[in-house]
Amino acid sequence: MKARVLIRPKEGILDPQGKAVERALPALGFDSVRDVRIGRLVELEADDASHLSELCEKLLANPLIEDYEIQEIG
Amino acid sequence: MFGVLQFPGSCDERDALAACEKVGEARMIWHEDMSLDGIDAVVVPGGFSYGDYLRAGAIARFAPVMDAVREFADGGGPVLGICNGFQVLCEAGLLPGALLPNDGLRFLCRQVDLEVVSPDSEWTKGMEVGQTLSVPVKHMSGRYFAPPATLDELEARGQVVLRYAPGQNPNGSSRDIAGVANERGNVMGLMPHPEHAVDPLTGSDDGLKLFAAVAKSAVPA
Repeated sequence: MKARVLIRPKEGILDPQGKAVERALPALGFDSVRDVRIGRLVELEADDASHLSELCEKLLANPLIEDYEIQEIG
Repeated sequence: MFGVLQFPGSCDERDALAACEKVGEARMIWHEDMSLDGIDAVVVPGGFSYGDYLRAGAIARFAPVMDAVREFADGGGPVLGICNGFQVLCEAGLLPGALLPNDGLRFLCRQVDLEVVSPDSEWTKGMEVGQTLSVPVKHMSGRYFAPPATLDELEARGQVVLRYAPGQNPNGSSRDIAGVANERGNVMGLMPHPEHAVDPLTGSDDGLKLFAAVAKSAVPA
């Protein structure tokens, strides 16, 4: 199966990358964009989907500072 | 004998080795080595281990040598993580918390003053509470973070070892924390670089005090 893992900074944790992008947008005329948060996207193929959560906890995300979401994409 | 780890992408291991050699014997330990035989204290140096891919320190924690480091730390052996080494020890769960990108999103390189909060760790033994150390920082992800309840516990147990002096927190670290230790006090991590402050020629030799503290207690002369 193929999967997509979305990793985001946990709510409440300052995301300076997101802030920098948010602050740059008005200069381009995008005045109404708020709460920009930047994370990571990992795509992978696995024979056994049951290990994916463990893999996320142990390596792909740091559960102290990041949330993750696994999406099966076929 | 100090052992200084070397990962692909480490860049401060030479300075760390030189700092250790000022106070004792030292040798480099390759990341694929499985043994720490004959080593009395371990330094995990700064740099960009494994390119800092994924998250700083995330991949280095699985290096073959890290099993031996964990065993060494569990047995009470002194371990110091500097900068990327601090990130590695946090990712490995040997130290509490995590290091996030600097709040200003810039790479920082400057001299800072640190205040000794706890002389109970192996690496700050003999120092005085409130004593100031002048040491450089140079990092992109140095914002120390732990949930507030964890921070309270760390403070209560004396695990906050170093803070940035008032007004000098360069990266947005929680509660100005620059360095923390494990509960036992043998494992310590800090973002600033004591190994770059071991000679008056470069402005300060305050960093040498950390290596000297361990040399005195744990490394046979």
